[in-house]
Amino acid sequence: MRLKMVPDNTTFDFFTRWKLWLGISATLIVVALASFAIQGLNFGIDFRGGTTIRTESAEPLDVGAYRTALQELDLGDVVISEVFDPSFGPDENVAMIRIAPQDDAEAVSQATIDSVRTALAEVAPDIEFTSVSSVGPKVSGELIQTAVIAVLLAIGAVLVYIWLRFEWQFAVGAVVALVHDVALTIGIFSELQIRFDLAIIAALLTIVGYSLNDTVVVFDRVRENLIKYKQRPLKEVLNISINETLSRTLMTSFTTLLALLALLALGGDVIRGFVFAMTWGVIVGTYSSIFVASVILFWLGVKRDWSKPDNAAGNQFANVDA
Amino acid sequence: MLQIDLWKRLLIWGVVLAGVLLATPNVFYGRVERHNDAVAAIEREGATEALREDAAAWPSWAPSGLVNLGLDLRGGAHLLAEVQVEDVYASRLEALWPEIRDALRDLRDTVGTVRLQDGPADELRVAISEPAGMAQALEAIRALASPVSSSTALAQGGSNDIEVSGSDGVITVTLSDAERAAVDERTLQQALEIIRRRIDEVGTREPTIQRQGADRILIQVPGVGSAQELKDIIGTTAQLTFQPVVGRASDADAQPGVGEEVLPSMDEEGVYYTLDRSPVVTGEELVDAQPSFDQNGRPAVTFRFDATGARRFGDYTAQNIGSPFAIVLDDEVISAPVIQSHIPGGSGIITGNFTIEESTNLAVLLRAGALPAGLEFLEERTIGPELGADSIEAGKLATGVAFALVLIYMAAAYGLFGIFANIALILNIGLLFGLLSLIGATLTLPGIAGIVLTVGMAVDANVLVFERIREELKTARGPARAIELGYEKALSAIVDANITTIITAIILFAMGSGPVRGFAITLGFGILTSVFTAIFVTRLLIVTWYERRRPKTITV
Repeated sequence: MRLKMVPDNTTFDFFTRWKLWLGISATLIVVALASFAIQGLNFGIDFRGGTTIRTESAEPLDVGAYRTALQELDLGDVVISEVFDPSFGPDENVAMIRIAPQDDAEAVSQATIDSVRTALAEVAPDIEFTSVSSVGPKVSGELIQTAVIAVLLAIGAVLVYIWLRFEWQFAVGAVVALVHDVALTIGIFSELQIRFDLAIIAALLTIVGYSLNDTVVVFDRVRENLIKYKQRPLKEVLNISINETLSRTLMTSFTTLLALLALLALGGDVIRGFVFAMTWGVIVGTYSSIFVASVILFWLGVKRDWSKPDNAAGNQFANVDA
Repeated sequence: MLQIDLWKRLLIWGVVLAGVLLATPNVFYGRVERHNDAVAAIEREGATEALREDAAAWPSWAPSGLVNLGLDLRGGAHLLAEVQVEDVYASRLEALWPEIRDALRDLRDTVGTVRLQDGPADELRVAISEPAGMAQALEAIRALASPVSSSTALAQGGSNDIEVSGSDGVITVTLSDAERAAVDERTLQQALEIIRRRIDEVGTREPTIQRQGADRILIQVPGVGSAQELKDIIGTTAQLTFQPVVGRASDADAQPGVGEEVLPSMDEEGVYYTLDRSPVVTGEELVDAQPSFDQNGRPAVTFRFDATGARRFGDYTAQNIGSPFAIVLDDEVISAPVIQSHIPGGSGIITGNFTIEESTNLAVLLRAGALPAGLEFLEERTIGPELGADSIEAGKLATGVAFALVLIYMAAAYGLFGIFANIALILNIGLLFGLLSLIGATLTLPGIAGIVLTVGMAVDANVLVFERIREELKTARGPARAIELGYEKALSAIVDANITTIITAIILFAMGSGPVRGFAITLGFGILTSVFTAIFVTRLLIVTWYERRRPKTITV
């Protein structure tokens, strides 16, 4: 008796409504970009500079009182938010305080932090600063630049790799799928106003890697079946390939999601944003490897005869034995 | 058909065994850490009973490499400092002015009077009253230039250190690009070295002190209470001078004459010295300082001057036998011994009421000297140890649960083969930790996420193979052939899929910093170990099982 995600032999048709799938994806991307354009991302201090202080106190948290206490210090833009996590006990009341960059200094001065501590100690005498981070405007500017370069570089490198191993149509399909995943992830971060910091960029790159992993497995089967079924129409070959790999695609996504959900629920609030990005990425990545990457491949068409010697490169790993 | 050579089997089990052995110290983290610290301490300052006991907590023949915990897990402080190299350019140019003045003074007849003008900090502007003598003046100043001495300058064709130009009776002297590069290099090296020594001095575990880019230094020190504390450690400058003593008084209000100053004594309460403000020798002329003991067996510091310092020190002591001479550290008089005799050779000893620890600290501070340029802190982070401990707890719990869920699911989905995959998955985590311990990688909170992600994704290669075996079972002749074909045909998908993920891990590692880099490391190595276990270990398990049982049919 086996637990099965999908039946042994599936014959779903993924391409009859291919325009619909592309339309849905395109609409989602437009919505995501619109949200990004209108609301913008809730950048963390990594990207906008400034200081965050994580406070912990046994007293119940009163955000209003904190705000009033800090107003007198004249620190400019101050954002205070309460942090919730199921692992916190009743005497763990955690808040994040974000202070805008101060005009005169790159990083925040100790005097400022001390004054914040003194002001808050009047509200909650036992307050502790469990972490303090301060990033100057110079570094934050560079971090944005590095992050953008990293994501573009990753997508570029992948484009080249797939192009070398497959054909350019595959590379375009894979990259459109990646752009789709990255855009949707940025979209949900902007829509839900989840803090977007350096770790999220790492998550984005991982999504790129994961989504690609899925796409490549499907493409690998497409390549194999294109040789096997030389006479069948492309649509049929693609459908066969996706159906054959469907069980694997869902299995892997499911185990990865199991692991990520455990981390999301139990991993603590510090990395929750990061894990959320990855969880979301696995879901959209799985969707996009079928409904974006393969559909694009169908749309572009592909060279059929893979048995020519110049394309034998695709099988060079096939004879390795253990 | 399904055959694996004996040597390959041994090799595979050997690798797995080595990985798991290397990983074991992490299971006994606290104990091994105590052992490692004690061993290091014994090596440094000799064995004591307590240290020996700690060292015995873990057998010395066993592997003792641990995965380092990053700041976000251990707590500590992180600073990104920018070295203000412009300061050094400016002082370098300032130092040129006396030489230029002297050179031009010799040409007074042709260039007229010479005056220093205000200008930007990276330029030295000299005005001459007779513009007609410009050509000669420029030539005289150019003669002062010397070739840049650094390895990078050689590549640039041995250029000179200064560039001189003149117009309208004003001569502008700037540092050449090659000289600036050389100055940057020297300054950064020196700053790195000084910061490293000062932090080592405090004796914290595994600090990271790295150069980043052209003029930045990244400093991460676990266990430090706040970024400010770390800044204080780095900012401590030991300024040592040797000054002539003018008088001794019992109150701080003594009126010093012109060019004199009043400084308190370090260990005699209420004693003040009036000193000549200009030092005979300074700590900059020191080449070495070591903790030692004086003739009475009290802790002291011996020091040695460089050639210039030694000459000046020798001359001064020869001319002032019988007068007191003050040794001043950071504006406090350590001691003011009377010069007994001419001290040639440029070495001496500082005695005072030191403990051994103080004399060691003083020697280090003297050796390290002052930072060559100011630091501006661009980024500061402090993570409290409790937050780090909470993160570790949360990480452990999440990893455990993720692990259990995946194991159960794999067994439910693939039965016996799922159990093979699960054994491989457990060994995979062992291998991953072994590899991380071996290279001394740092585990961060995103790094833990990377491990959890690996747990989820590691089964992928197995799933690919198993699914393929299922398919082959429908067509192939017999189970052995199906297993073989399953592995063979799944391989290209496994390789392609994982290479693309490796590419992103490499980019993350190259572009990221700190925690993100930790994530890239666990992700990258996690892929390597999971591909290894899926292709070799699971396969070996399946083949071994198949050889024993010889089943006529199999279900995957």
